[in-house]
Amino acid sequence: MAPPNGVNGAHDDADDIDYSDIEAKYKVGYDEGFDNILVIGGVPVVDKSKLEKLLAKISKEFGRKGAPLKPEDMFMPWDDNTGKSKGFIFATFKNAEDAAYAMAAMNGYPFDAKHTFHINRFSDVERYANLDETWVEPEPETYKPKEHLRAWLGDLQGRDQYATYRGDEVEVHWHGKPSQCEIAHQRNVSDIGLYVLLRRSIITSQGWTDLYVSWSPLGTYFASLHRQGVRLWGGPSWEAQHRFAHPFVKLIDFSPNENYLVTWSHDPIHVPEGAQQGPQYFSPEDEGSNIAVWDLKTGNLLRTFPSAMPENEDGVKRQMQWPALKWSADDQFVGRVTPGQHISVYELPSMRLHDKKSIKIEGVIDFEWCPHGDKDREEAEKAEKTGKKPKENLLAYWTPEVANQPARVTVINFPSRSILRQKNLFNVSECKLYWQSQGDFLCVKVDRHTKTKKSIFCNLEIFRVREKDFPVEVVELKDAVTDFSWEPKGERFAIISSSDPNLGNPGPGANIKTDVSFYQLVRGKGDFKLLRTSSNRTSNTIRWSPKGRHVVLGTVGSTSKSELEFWDLDFNIDEKREGAKEEWGAGIQHLGTADHYALTDAEWDPSGRYLATSASAWRHTIENGYAIWDFRGQELEKHILDRFKQFLWRPRPRTLLTKDQQRQIRRNLKEYSRQFDEEDAVEESNISAELIAHRKRLVDEWNAWRVKVKEEVAEERRKRGKKEPKAKDSQEEEKEEIEVWVDEVIEQIEEEIVE
Amino acid sequence: MRPILLQGHERSLTQIKFNREGDLLFSCSKDHVINVWFADNGERLGTYNGHNGTVWTIDVDSLSRFLVSGSADNTMRLWSVQTGKCLYSWEFPTAVKRVAFSEDDDQIVCITEQRMGHQGAIRVFDIDREGDGTDQSKEPVSFFNPTSSKAVVCAFAHTPNLILTGHESGKVALFDASTGEEVQANERAHMDVITDLQLSPDRSYFITSSRDKTARLHDTRTLMVLKTYTTETPLNSAAIAPTKPYVLLGGGQDAMSVTTTSLRQGKFETRFWHKIYEEEVGRVKGHFGPVNTIAVSPKGDCYASGGEDGFVRVHHFDESYFRAKPYGDLEIED
Repeated sequence: MAPPNGVNGAHDDADDIDYSDIEAKYKVGYDEGFDNILVIGGVPVVDKSKLEKLLAKISKEFGRKGAPLKPEDMFMPWDDNTGKSKGFIFATFKNAEDAAYAMAAMNGYPFDAKHTFHINRFSDVERYANLDETWVEPEPETYKPKEHLRAWLGDLQGRDQYATYRGDEVEVHWHGKPSQCEIAHQRNVSDIGLYVLLRRSIITSQGWTDLYVSWSPLGTYFASLHRQGVRLWGGPSWEAQHRFAHPFVKLIDFSPNENYLVTWSHDPIHVPEGAQQGPQYFSPEDEGSNIAVWDLKTGNLLRTFPSAMPENEDGVKRQMQWPALKWSADDQFVGRVTPGQHISVYELPSMRLHDKKSIKIEGVIDFEWCPHGDKDREEAEKAEKTGKKPKENLLAYWTPEVANQPARVTVINFPSRSILRQKNLFNVSECKLYWQSQGDFLCVKVDRHTKTKKSIFCNLEIFRVREKDFPVEVVELKDAVTDFSWEPKGERFAIISSSDPNLGNPGPGANIKTDVSFYQLVRGKGDFKLLRTSSNRTSNTIRWSPKGRHVVLGTVGSTSKSELEFWDLDFNIDEKREGAKEEWGAGIQHLGTADHYALTDAEWDPSGRYLATSASAWRHTIENGYAIWDFRGQELEKHILDRFKQFLWRPRPRTLLTKDQQRQIRRNLKEYSRQFDEEDAVEESNISAELIAHRKRLVDEWNAWRVKVKEEVAEERRKRGKKEPKAKDSQEEEKEEIEVWVDEVIEQIEEEIVE
Repeated sequence: MRPILLQGHERSLTQIKFNREGDLLFSCSKDHVINVWFADNGERLGTYNGHNGTVWTIDVDSLSRFLVSGSADNTMRLWSVQTGKCLYSWEFPTAVKRVAFSEDDDQIVCITEQRMGHQGAIRVFDIDREGDGTDQSKEPVSFFNPTSSKAVVCAFAHTPNLILTGHESGKVALFDASTGEEVQANERAHMDVITDLQLSPDRSYFITSSRDKTARLHDTRTLMVLKTYTTETPLNSAAIAPTKPYVLLGGGQDAMSVTTTSLRQGKFETRFWHKIYEEEVGRVKGHFGPVNTIAVSPKGDCYASGGEDGFVRVHHFDESYFRAKPYGDLEIED
């Protein structure tokens, strides 16, 4: 007898409730219970006798990668017909996490020369086996034509672009004649997610520059640095092209042909739980590294390195060298130096160590790849067509004095690693390697000390790489050389030297006195001869035009001086044809002097016609902004902008014209320039007409407003019962005589009276 | 344009004013003294002694009879221009930052500072022009406290019952002189403190300068911004040149940071801008400190600038200034 709504009754009914829906929902999935089992494929096929040894070896390999696996946890299926193993293993791990880690660490692991492991989850194998066999045609994706990344080169007026970074704004401008200058693209940094403000305090405290923007070396991409990584932009609409997730990235470097990207972050890579996986992201084995190499086209991560921070004798960490990885000119190899020990060269695109071993060089400090000149490129193209082996890359490095060994500069071939030339040097405190842009010369700037180690002087050891046996010529200088620069594609170089005792410890406001010298190769004789020295100056920076011939000497980073001098080294080039051999160094002409107060940077545009100087807020906060000058030192534009940070010309790729075509253009230059002059004239008259019309409009508006207001004011005055303005009668009383006494000394005679 | 250098002050200038005829120049400074000079040759005519604190502001009436001054000694004084005698003195609880005569010379408006628990206040006084001027009423005819941001500069607007003010927040406003009601306001006229306000001859438009590095031309009745002149330095003063379409702007970086930087960086020039086209047309160098105050003679034949360096420089325009038509033949209404 159950009461219909009794307390007890309700309790009794509980057994009859159907829980099946809840059970289904919270059912533990048994089918995922094999997650700790992996299937390892690619294992060598062996017979019984070698089984134990193989299992032990595999166990060791796994152990080395931090995924311990005992031989008894492995099960190897057997093919009884042949008496051999089937070439795969079932491996049981303690739990699913260990299995997942082992899979990430060992998948694709080269066991030996012929066998590479490929690992799958046991549960996955089942899933793959149960795949639906009927093929469904995938929906074809509609083709979206990509924007041409080099569209800016097709500009009708042939203008160059430059990027400016000011405050939170990044702008890309067209630079041309005044009428053709315009903003090509503009973006607030917050749009692209630059966390500048957030990061600034941290970065400056570490002594690095702020987050910044950068062009790729051929101008195809525009890179911006973010907290999360690097982003590349490009094309006429400035769409995001690629991203590389390297958190807290601070420095980036492109390979010369824009195939690869190197990024560096001060913070070691840390892969958090549940981070995204894939070829474009860091995996657990990258933990602790600082440098990452990426493939630019696919966005895939190729390899990571811990950054080597060289330490001084006293254990103080020196500043890291950047770029830390140096690319060969053809993007084939990338080298990394471990100071004092070896140079490691990696092959692209696999990023494997070339020949599986580094080049062991005791004491090596630094190295440089030889750049490729136009000739090299032609040859390489020819070699490709004829199927011959292309020329090898050259690599130069130096080692300091160790024990009884002299310091040494060595040039080697790569990849054959054969030594081409070696030169011993004495009393060396520091070397710097400078390749000329065509790879014709290598200059080693050797800072030498006297026996007492008190004073420093400088030798320039110049290797003529194109000649047999690499003859070396030495230019001896008495002073320390602070800056060295080859003329691009030229046979000249400029140096800045100084004998100032204050060199190296600049006091506030003090300018270091410097001398600037130009040297040129004497054809035939083959040595470098001084063209001209101008002494007692303050210049500390040399900027050659990318086309050679013109050079700017600047005083950069000084608080009291900021001079820019524009020089032409072939001033009388036109008359040269007519006859007599000119005097040595007569072609040097000072074209003009300019001044950009407190400038911090100077950069030529890719055409070598304009120079841009900027005063960046990263260095100081006085008169930040930028200016653009022509090659004679005439100011074309100047913008003083608060919080201005960065100015960058967009680089241009190499010309596609053949030598003949270029010659043709040069021959017809007069023809072209007449055409351009006409265009200019037409445009100028257009502009001035426009401007006049604009001003007329402004004046008309103003006058109309004034007439209206004047009437209204007069009206109000009348209402208040005042007279018309008294301006008129005041005119008469102004005839006022002012008497002014002016004392003037007409003559002053000094007489000496002799008694 | 050779300047005449007026050396009569020992500390930085606070305000300078021409009289209506443009033959006399009045200057006041932080050294407590008011000077009057012949604008023509720079000779000093006399001084007005009596203030015991920085003289922040002066104004002279249109007949050159009375001079009014406001000072940090919490007084506003009325002087006889001719004799240099102090005719009357008003006492306030705080410093007087700005004074101005009305168009008819029969009223004075003044701003007292907000300090020591006292609110910033605007007062209007009637001036008794009969007799010798010593008999003035102590009480203002009108007294009000502008709410929100404090007023720093003021003047009588186009009609005597309206008072034009410039505020610390960058606001410009019109107040009813009798009720103290805010009639109109432009809150976003400037982005920073307004440092100077000068009216056109007929008071129908005015120019303001500000620390936000711009000067602006406004319509007095609507307070609409007509023109903007953007420079790269904080501005302390702006003046409208009569007869020619120019405005004069002066400033420079903070007096505080001047000593740490060189002359080159200070931007202590007086800048000439085209009033209509908003283009800079020229600069006059000379001061070695920020330019604190600029005044143009009502006749338009000369201008003067007073600097933080303690000098007043009077520049008489050259013949070429009047003849030059750098922008063609367009006739521009004054």
